[in-house]
Amino acid sequence: MSSALPLNVDRVHLSSQEVARYSRHLIMPEVGLDGQKRLKAASILLIGAGGLGSPLGLYLAAAGIGRIGLVDFDVVDFSNLQRQILHGTADVGRPKLHSARDRIQAVNPEVQLDLYETKLTSANALDIIRPYDIVIDGTDNFPTRYLTNDACVLLKKPNVYGSIFRFDGQASVFHPPQGPCYRCLYPEPPPPGEVPSCAEGGVLGILPGLVGCIQATEAVKLILGNGEPLIGRLLLYDALRMSFREFKVRRNPKCPVCGDKPSITALIDYEQFCGVRGQESHAPAPADQQGETTVEELKRRLDRKEAVFILDVRNPPEYAICQIPGSTLLPLPELPQRFGELDRNREIVVHCKSGMRSAKAVQFLREQGFTKLKNLKGGILAWAEQIDPSMPKY
Amino acid sequence: MKVRLFARARDLAGADTIDVDLPAGATVGDLRRLLGRRYPALAGLLQHSALAVNDDFADDALTLPVNAEVALLPPVSGG
Repeated sequence: MSSALPLNVDRVHLSSQEVARYSRHLIMPEVGLDGQKRLKAASILLIGAGGLGSPLGLYLAAAGIGRIGLVDFDVVDFSNLQRQILHGTADVGRPKLHSARDRIQAVNPEVQLDLYETKLTSANALDIIRPYDIVIDGTDNFPTRYLTNDACVLLKKPNVYGSIFRFDGQASVFHPPQGPCYRCLYPEPPPPGEVPSCAEGGVLGILPGLVGCIQATEAVKLILGNGEPLIGRLLLYDALRMSFREFKVRRNPKCPVCGDKPSITALIDYEQFCGVRGQESHAPAPADQQGETTVEELKRRLDRKEAVFILDVRNPPEYAICQIPGSTLLPLPELPQRFGELDRNREIVVHCKSGMRSAKAVQFLREQGFTKLKNLKGGILAWAEQIDPSMPKY
Repeated sequence: MKVRLFARARDLAGADTIDVDLPAGATVGDLRRLLGRRYPALAGLLQHSALAVNDDFADDALTLPVNAEVALLPPVSGG
């Protein structure tokens, strides 16, 4: 099945230098001069310049895509370098778009780069996406994924999707009505906290390299109008089993966005839809504040030799990296089976990495009748920042 | 019947594959409920996961064919 994009190549010209640069494409019957001109005439919007955006940006630029738009508002952090190969060690602290621009231009100065140093929102998404032929979803969160999906459906743009978790990758091309959209597969987002992000759950650094390359390949195929696109198929990559599987996905006629009678005809509030905003307003409710303590207060009490029981609800690999002295590890997933090991007459200070999981643990323990509980605000990250600068942050 | 788990579902159930016995005529929805009962940790995510029967995504009304292979695919957000 071919679904060539309507691209006008009449006025596209390749210089001698470009002919030399793209010669390995030009001699292939599947690309050739016409195909290379199509790549040059095409425009692609990359949403996210992180793990997936890195191989995407580099390979699409190298392949000779005429115009690439990049959307990202983040700054390069040391923890990005294990997988985000657009950014180097010297770029830590710089806006990701700046290092992305430098790296992509070094690969191919012929490419026109449009930089959008902003968060994609319901207010700006349609305007940012509209001028591009193809959108590639390289985001790292559910609200932006649903926003990207809905905006692409409304604007009838192909959405080249990729997503990663630890050793597992997903890729597809959503392009209704030829095939389904993301909501046909996942009508509603999981509750917040149910599916960990890369920052919470970890990810094999190489994984986005492979999934991003699959997305780049699909984008190039859509432009060339060659081969069988991943429309209507979800490709699953399992790096641990080193296996690829594909699943058929059909367009859901009842889909609220791309269905026969769509109920969503304009962009909505995606933070609210994904429960992110609701969660923010629920978690640190005023009534809960008495159930919180700070790292400074905890340090003072430890210095006074008070017998504070510190419960660390992180996972064992995190505990191996750093610990608050004297803490006891009981990972949150094991808490429902093991809370009986805890002394409910003793005050318990609960902590995790940044305070989210420990808030859940405190809530769970309260439901089991524990009363002397305090959640450590900011988690072990706050401890590393304010109490013990020698402690590694992760 | 064999259910293969992916991504987060594997962590929550603590297994790669699950063997399930369901009576003839059982639906995808029946399977979803059974998994939720057997693995309470998985219950929340199950409601938001896609289930594929013999490599084809299916809605809860579908009657499970004999010897079906089912894949449980939770959403994944990383990028």
